[in-house]
Amino acid sequence: MDSRTRALAEVASIPRDEGGPVFREPWEAQAFALAVALHERGLFTWSEWAETLGAEIARAGPGAPAADYYHHWLAALETLVVARGAATRETLAERREAWDRAAHATPHGEPILLCNDPLHGTGR
Amino acid sequence: MGHTHHDDHHHDHDHDHDHSELSETALRVRALESILTEKGLVDPAALDLIVETYETRVGPRNGARVVARAWSDPAYLERLRRDATAAIAELGYTGRQGEHIVAVENTADEHNLVVCTLCSCYPWSVLGLPPVWYKSPPYRSRAVIDPRGVLAEFGLTLASDTRIRVWDSTAEVRYLVIPRRPSGTQGWSEEQLADLVTRDSMIGTGLARDPAEAAA
Repeated sequence: MDSRTRALAEVASIPRDEGGPVFREPWEAQAFALAVALHERGLFTWSEWAETLGAEIARAGPGAPAADYYHHWLAALETLVVARGAATRETLAERREAWDRAAHATPHGEPILLCNDPLHGTGR
Repeated sequence: MGHTHHDDHHHDHDHDHDHSELSETALRVRALESILTEKGLVDPAALDLIVETYETRVGPRNGARVVARAWSDPAYLERLRRDATAAIAELGYTGRQGEHIVAVENTADEHNLVVCTLCSCYPWSVLGLPPVWYKSPPYRSRAVIDPRGVLAEFGLTLASDTRIRVWDSTAEVRYLVIPRRPSGTQGWSEEQLADLVTRDSMIGTGLARDPAEAAA
């Protein structure tokens, strides 16, 4: 069983149909891929992943819509990445702002690149 | 560094949608991905490979159902022509970005082709994840300059008198191509018809499948 199949088996609540996981938006698939890649890299085990994701889901409470599943997934990714020292909350927040500035500075129809951030390379 | 407010940069242009916009979650995913890439913890090419596996798994086959309904129900087709966003919502398919969808219909003398480099500018609520080639710079630039050549590369050769219209998606407007209904499908159910509607046929880089070939 490869690691992805194992992940799908262990992380039981992944939205799926008979053909495998389903994503409602591209970013969900991207977040899914990040978790798979980080696991393959050994940043965390699937049981650590399931525990962190479970905590995020529990924090949202029983009334949280099922559609929020990948919001919890993304929050769990951030938590584990910070816990493993791969980034800090601050660098994540700063980088998020940089992407936002880059998107706003990018004409529609062109790829959004981080170097389009007007503050890119100004000493951060 | 606090919250960044963009208010003072905003002038009230009538066309203030000339820049790109990423959703909150997309920004956070990009932040993670770019930092982890710099640290050598992930490889973007490997991520693409994982995502590609699921390319057809994003969103159910909504678009095909829309097309099959339009082929089967003239009143629905009429509503789709008038207001595709509302007609698609009738079937329960809505995007969360509030984007507007316009249906463009292929006819005997006109073929439609959709283009845009940004994955956010793709009617994913009906078509799922954009294929990798759709996002590639060569496709985007060449689809506009040489649509006939691009279609030929997809194995689609149109009659020389067929007009090709290229639709460049914007942040607000996404296009869904309604391919022509294949002949020999009289009396087919919507379910059967939907099986003939490929993703590429709804982008315009392909046609609906031939019923004989589909049966094979």
